[in-house]
Amino acid sequence: MTGIDPSSWSCPAPIGRRSTVVMGHGGGGRLSAELVAEVFLPAFANPGLDQLADSAVMPFAGGRLAMSTDSYVVRPLFFPGGNIGDLAVNGTVNDLAMSGARPLYLSAAFVLEEGLDIGTLGLIAGSMGAAAQAAGAQLITGDTKVVDQGRGDGVYITTAGVGLVPDGVEVSPSGARPGDVVIVSGTIGSHGVAILSVREGLEFGTVVETDSAPLNGLVDAMLAVAPAGVHALRDPTRGGLAATVNEIAGASAVGVVLEERSIPVSPEVAAACGFLGLDPLEVANEGRLVAFVAPEVADDVLAVMRDLAVASGAAVVGRVVADHPGVVVARTGIGGTRIVDVPLGEQLPRIC
Amino acid sequence: MKYLDEFRDPDLAKRLLAEIRQVTTGPWAVMEVCGGQTHSIIRNGIDQLLPDGIELVHGPGCPVCVTPLEIIDKALAIAARPGTIFCSFGDMLRVPGSDKDLFQVRSEGGDVRVVYSPLDALALAADNPDREVVFFGIGFETTAPANAMTVHEARRRGLPNFSMLVSHVLVPPAITAVLAAPGCRVQGFLAAGHVCAVMGTAEYEPLVREHGVPVVVTGFEPLDVLEGIRRAVVQLEAGRAEVENAYARVVRPDGNPVARAMIDQVFEVCDRAWRGIGTIPASGWRLTDDYLEFDAEHRFDVGHIRTAEPSRCRAGEVLQGLIKPNECEAFGEACTPRSPLGATMVSSEGACAAYFQYRRLGPTPVEIRR
Repeated sequence: MTGIDPSSWSCPAPIGRRSTVVMGHGGGGRLSAELVAEVFLPAFANPGLDQLADSAVMPFAGGRLAMSTDSYVVRPLFFPGGNIGDLAVNGTVNDLAMSGARPLYLSAAFVLEEGLDIGTLGLIAGSMGAAAQAAGAQLITGDTKVVDQGRGDGVYITTAGVGLVPDGVEVSPSGARPGDVVIVSGTIGSHGVAILSVREGLEFGTVVETDSAPLNGLVDAMLAVAPAGVHALRDPTRGGLAATVNEIAGASAVGVVLEERSIPVSPEVAAACGFLGLDPLEVANEGRLVAFVAPEVADDVLAVMRDLAVASGAAVVGRVVADHPGVVVARTGIGGTRIVDVPLGEQLPRIC
Repeated sequence: MKYLDEFRDPDLAKRLLAEIRQVTTGPWAVMEVCGGQTHSIIRNGIDQLLPDGIELVHGPGCPVCVTPLEIIDKALAIAARPGTIFCSFGDMLRVPGSDKDLFQVRSEGGDVRVVYSPLDALALAADNPDREVVFFGIGFETTAPANAMTVHEARRRGLPNFSMLVSHVLVPPAITAVLAAPGCRVQGFLAAGHVCAVMGTAEYEPLVREHGVPVVVTGFEPLDVLEGIRRAVVQLEAGRAEVENAYARVVRPDGNPVARAMIDQVFEVCDRAWRGIGTIPASGWRLTDDYLEFDAEHRFDVGHIRTAEPSRCRAGEVLQGLIKPNECEAFGEACTPRSPLGATMVSSEGACAAYFQYRRLGPTPVEIRR
């Protein structure tokens, strides 16, 4: 019987650096700590996060707090003009801004799929940090879990955020009144078409980029010129302008008449929607808002919007009426009218 | 957008409408045959801009609306088979079969995918040789050339795991059926421009001669539709009945001979059931015996599926212009867009769904005409 040859032993020491996410990155041990230290802390850098406590403790001046949360599941993770990271930050920042709140602090929870490239995760985290900085908000707490390969789409991100609603600001989905002017902050449909074009491998001659952007600065500027005149705000994400305007019409028990020719749609998005049989009014946006504004301040609000790059294409698209409460009507390009309904669910390309 | 904006110009639309008003005494009932035209009419509000003397009747030209329940039940059965990838154009996923739709099948584990072209399904078949890939081949003459070419390609490339569930339908027999229905009120037709782009205009000549109705080949942009209506009304007012081509920038008299040759090679004319209407003789295409191996109905055991249309749904009468949607007892009560009995309530341009929408305007609705 031969003895054991010590020289042939190999010690199963853990591999120090990994280029992909492994199950251990979600285990709460050393690998988890490394991921936080090497990917998230540098990307998000701020004193709240640096506490690395079970919860971040931050000073708060008092007043009205707004809170919102949203989960992001996007395929593909990267698309023209953005990725899931800046989308996840901008989305929650914008949800806060639509209540008139100034975003302060954000959390981010990640569900990572085993095998995800850590460099990819770094890019996503970097985009999140940059987006938070652009919005003037801080990512102060987070969490990471890992699921088996094949049980996720690379990364799912859930962000939550809190913000402060300044005194005197009363923005609510039920605030629209007859006579209000309806303003959108720019061309609609770009985000949805950007995602669809990469997901389905469709080409339209030019690349359509997402409109993903933080809107809190825009809302600040609008509220500065008309603190009480901005009655309702909403960002038309999934379901597009059609769903959003219907929601506000319903919540405010008013009718809305949109002027279809005034609704800004880029030629590329119009062409893509025509080709696919989609209605641009039902396509998602991630950096646009719809504002219901008192008529006497509408010109001033529109002017400050257009001064900002994020809303340089802002346009008046319709009016609130007392007739047909809860129903949105569009006056069509050739002078007819049609009902704009809430899309039922997923957008389905039509055969004919 | 070049070559499109010109056909959406509001000033030209006003001029056309003025001409239509000037020439119309009526009353005339004109049917637009194609679902794409119905969509354009609803989307642009054209129906409300026409003078009282013109009634538009939405015809049976939406392939989603007329695909019979039995075929949808067969699609659901095939899509639910383990190992099958079932591919369809998007808007078929929401059309209800007897007890579910393709969305439901997908949520229960079926691999149902939306594709934009039958060739996408063929690519899936090539990439997944161990799976059966089935394409839901529905539509009128417009989608037939691409579907025919796909089956032809499947054989040429030796992809035995590809098959097609075919439910192709044809426009001229449908027009004949509408005209033959007792109580038919339709006096003129806007023929589907893109169907004629494939088939040409000759097949409407006998129809016009026999029934004395004008048929105007019409496009899809607002000005195209208005021009089609104008020409149909001019003929009606003058007592003429001719085939006219108001979509000459796309439609040639002999259509597209290459596309027709492809169709003739792969498909043959057959009787076809239409949802809500029933079987219309020689109104569809099926794969020829030569391509039988690619026929999903032949490949999968679905022959036992026999489904009767729900008796409460009167979509057939609506599609033939015999009744208006709100004259159906189920309208708005047992049948709504959320729980439709028939496909005319599913598709946003379906006549019943459009009626349902306008009813929301309340007690003083915008005057609408079909």
